[in-house]
Amino acid sequence: MTSNGSNENKIAIKTRNMNLWYGSFQALFDINLDVKEGMITSLIGPSGCGKTTLLRSYNRINERLGYVRIDGSIKMFGKNIYDDDVEISQLRQQVGMVFQRPNPLPLSIRDNILFAWNIHTEKENRISRSEQEDLIEKSLREVVLWDKVKDKLNSKATFLSLEEQQKLCIARLLPVKPKILLMDEPCSALDPKGTEAVEELIWRLRGEYTILIVTHNMAQARRASEECVFMLMGKMIEHDRTEKVFETPEQQETSDYIAGRYG
Amino acid sequence: MFQETQQNIKHKKTERLFRILFLMMVLLLITPVLMILGTLIVKGGPAISLEFLFTNPTNGMTEGGLFPALLGTIWLVVVALLASVPLGIAAALYLSEYAPDNWLTRAINLAIVNLAGVPSIVHALFGVGAFVIFFDFGTSILAASLTLAVMTLPVVIVATRESLQAVPQAFREACWNMGATRWQTIRRVVLPNAISGILTGIILEVSRTAGETAPIMFTGAAFYLPFLPESVFDQTMALALHLFVVATQVPNVPPSMPYGVALVLISIVLLFNAMSITFRMYLRGQKKW
Repeated sequence: MTSNGSNENKIAIKTRNMNLWYGSFQALFDINLDVKEGMITSLIGPSGCGKTTLLRSYNRINERLGYVRIDGSIKMFGKNIYDDDVEISQLRQQVGMVFQRPNPLPLSIRDNILFAWNIHTEKENRISRSEQEDLIEKSLREVVLWDKVKDKLNSKATFLSLEEQQKLCIARLLPVKPKILLMDEPCSALDPKGTEAVEELIWRLRGEYTILIVTHNMAQARRASEECVFMLMGKMIEHDRTEKVFETPEQQETSDYIAGRYG
Repeated sequence: MFQETQQNIKHKKTERLFRILFLMMVLLLITPVLMILGTLIVKGGPAISLEFLFTNPTNGMTEGGLFPALLGTIWLVVVALLASVPLGIAAALYLSEYAPDNWLTRAINLAIVNLAGVPSIVHALFGVGAFVIFFDFGTSILAASLTLAVMTLPVVIVATRESLQAVPQAFREACWNMGATRWQTIRRVVLPNAISGILTGIILEVSRTAGETAPIMFTGAAFYLPFLPESVFDQTMALALHLFVVATQVPNVPPSMPYGVALVLISIVLLFNAMSITFRMYLRGQKKW
């Protein structure tokens, strides 16, 4: 099942004793979570359980709110991302985010793909026009979008269908070679066909990227993730292989949630 | 089934009543506008000629044209915009894109909105104190334009801020999550999508700047000048003040002249508005999300 045997025991994200407060409201309690490199880990739990908050702590986007306080540590590849010498822009290059609602920029498809790459590449290292074209093609091929859009790279990305927009939003992260992809309910704005296509894509990307995916959809967590984390009221209740969490959960709360008794 | 009831008939009557009432209000409102325009065209039209537009007033301002005033108004508007547009956009960018949402920011926003309601004569006196006397610009185009700029700044700021906030937050989130700084986000995504609204606000401000009389009366606009301004430190004539002068201050002016001046002033304003609307339509066509 595991796509890459050598990654099996490597930990990409090591979260230790992490607490998070929005002002005086504590949203996360003592989170200890090891996310394995190259795997798809899903975060499930009822609304307000803190799964999106946890996801957003991994690229430090929560901080823009100003009133967020965090203690504990989050180590990515050995480095605590909350250390003072961490440059946020570098962190966000390595840790890409995909949103619930596809949010391509109101630019051409080409410029969407090159946006992050332009930000993170020094002017003197910019590659030639044809190499840029290669980069665009490679990124779009990786998300299975190339054949659909290769003839309209200069048209606005906002005219694409939602499914295509979401694929583009994943594709635009790839040119800067991220290690981790965070996905916040990436399929919930899509129709069933789009959901299937994007899920398939995410499944293809495992191995190469460590993927953390928040989802409301049980079936999706079950079929599209290798490990699963169940959260409830800001606490991590259970973390195991996905089949294990769904078939023989250790905790009563987990089995109640999975059986649909709340959420 | 599906038959009209008494109740339906009553509702329809009320519906018709309100529709007619609101229509009457609209007609009532546009009547004075049409009457003003009509009067100006009928009474001022005969005065308009190339000579009227491009020659100096002569014979104690009872004959000749309004060229110095026309040119002066253009000077005043351009210099005022050069001052207020960069300042206003910068301030709006800070307030909208950088400032934290706290009581201080809200207080500043409220103050700016209130500043837009300060009577123009108060701005005029401020201009005399600040630019004419304190900065020692004397009565000059510079002092008058800066006074106009101060007066129009709040509106530029509010218009810009509203255009910026009309850009969906999701675009900013997307940029920040890719590691873009605020400035990169502004330059590549926010400004290009807000620019049509900002420009509309600015161009509409031009009409107000061109028409104001009080702020320039004591700071730089002259009753009559035999020469054209050569730099921002010269005084100038201006259309709005010229209209006041020929309409009330000078004896024996032919009756068509004030109407002619007013027609020119209004035409300039309408011209600017038309430009702004066309330009906005062009830019709106460009952007889609």
